[in-house]
Amino acid sequence: MSLSLSFTGHHDPQPLPLTLHSALFTLHSLSSVLALLVCAAIVLVLVLVLVARYYGDAEAKKYTSNTRNQQIQADMTYRALELLNLPPGQPAFLLDIGCGSGLSGEILDEEGYLWAGVDVAPSMLEVALEREVEGDLFLQDIGQGFGFRPGSFDGAISISVIQWLLNAETSHPTSSPPHRLQRFFTTLHSSLRSPSRAVLQFYPSSDEQVQMIAGVARKAGFGGGVVVDYPNSRRARKVFLCLFVGGGGGGGSGSGQGGGKGEEELPKGLEGEEEESARVRFERRRERERAKAKGGKRKAVKDRDWILKKKEEDEDEDEDERGRGRGRW
Amino acid sequence: MVRLITHNLLACHAKDCNTNNFPLEFKDVQLEIREADFNPDFLKGFMPKIEWKALVDTARQLGDTSLPLEQPEMLDDEFLKNLHHVLLEIHVEEGSMTCPNCKHVYPISNGIPNMLLAEHEIG
Repeated sequence: MSLSLSFTGHHDPQPLPLTLHSALFTLHSLSSVLALLVCAAIVLVLVLVLVARYYGDAEAKKYTSNTRNQQIQADMTYRALELLNLPPGQPAFLLDIGCGSGLSGEILDEEGYLWAGVDVAPSMLEVALEREVEGDLFLQDIGQGFGFRPGSFDGAISISVIQWLLNAETSHPTSSPPHRLQRFFTTLHSSLRSPSRAVLQFYPSSDEQVQMIAGVARKAGFGGGVVVDYPNSRRARKVFLCLFVGGGGGGGSGSGQGGGKGEEELPKGLEGEEEESARVRFERRRERERAKAKGGKRKAVKDRDWILKKKEEDEDEDEDERGRGRGRW
Repeated sequence: MVRLITHNLLACHAKDCNTNNFPLEFKDVQLEIREADFNPDFLKGFMPKIEWKALVDTARQLGDTSLPLEQPEMLDDEFLKNLHHVLLEIHVEEGSMTCPNCKHVYPISNGIPNMLLAEHEIG
């Protein structure tokens, strides 16, 4: 749930106009063209920096309050928990990788799990604090690895995060995607209890990416593999890495009869169209809201969003008044 | 929101810092006590994961002396309630954690520890 999600649309600076420009300027001396290019580059960088600033704060809030996003995140969290296949009725301590603003954490709270969450975006963690999730939050770059003692967690989930490990942040060797992936999976593997599972939903941009990531996970010692839900639906298709430590030891329904070796069978992906599950999804949401109301954690009438909106309105009004004032005087 | 349950699991993850890197040492802390639901089953299940000496030492450093120096074999209700309080209700809101080995400082602000490493510290 990294906020960098919002950058994608703005990252295409369209190189075409630049080449056109340089073509037009071939009559002029080479140096003036170069100067122009440098100026254009500086302006572009400035714009990108401003955009990044803006998204840091505003988008973190927007992302969290968008109901469609919320619903998709919630669905994937429930599905990840299902794939985690924890022993029923037993308390567990989980790791939420890229916990963001706590959308998945809230569900972990409601389901009665204790958890710790890590995220690299301070603005998202701030929203998580305001939502008063129960888990401990860490500001951490998962590509730098975890420092948790061996066997700390009974399972790990991650929703829409690990594709970001494929971006190189700088040219330093420790920030190359293979190095970051390897560091992430090795330290995650050792933080997990044996047997247990990690279920990581992510958005790959190609099958090669899926194979690459799964390959690094295997090298780090994980069993398991890739589970694809709704593989034939363009909209509903979801990719989960379902990773096993020490055989994956499901305490669940005994779905996988590993035949003595103890390695669990990889769960099957969901088939059919997304629409089929629409009813279930809304039922879950209703249940969630009912549970919330019962739990006394009912949403305050004048919540954060309300206050922010009010503030914005007031500011707008002030500006309007100032504008009018100037006109009158 | 660093509770002692996570502090007890957390070692330093800086490059080549592999020994004597636990427990991280709290400094200049501000605490907050927040009630949490008492769940004896969770505590019993969690007991084997605890580094007992580190937990007792840290709790004492933060002013809670309710836990015995040796991990008891009989888990009575009073002990579990004390353990519950130490693990889940003491929150460190401000301050820092220092690695006993490499001396890396992880600052805690607004309840969130900053675990980010500089480039040369990444393993």
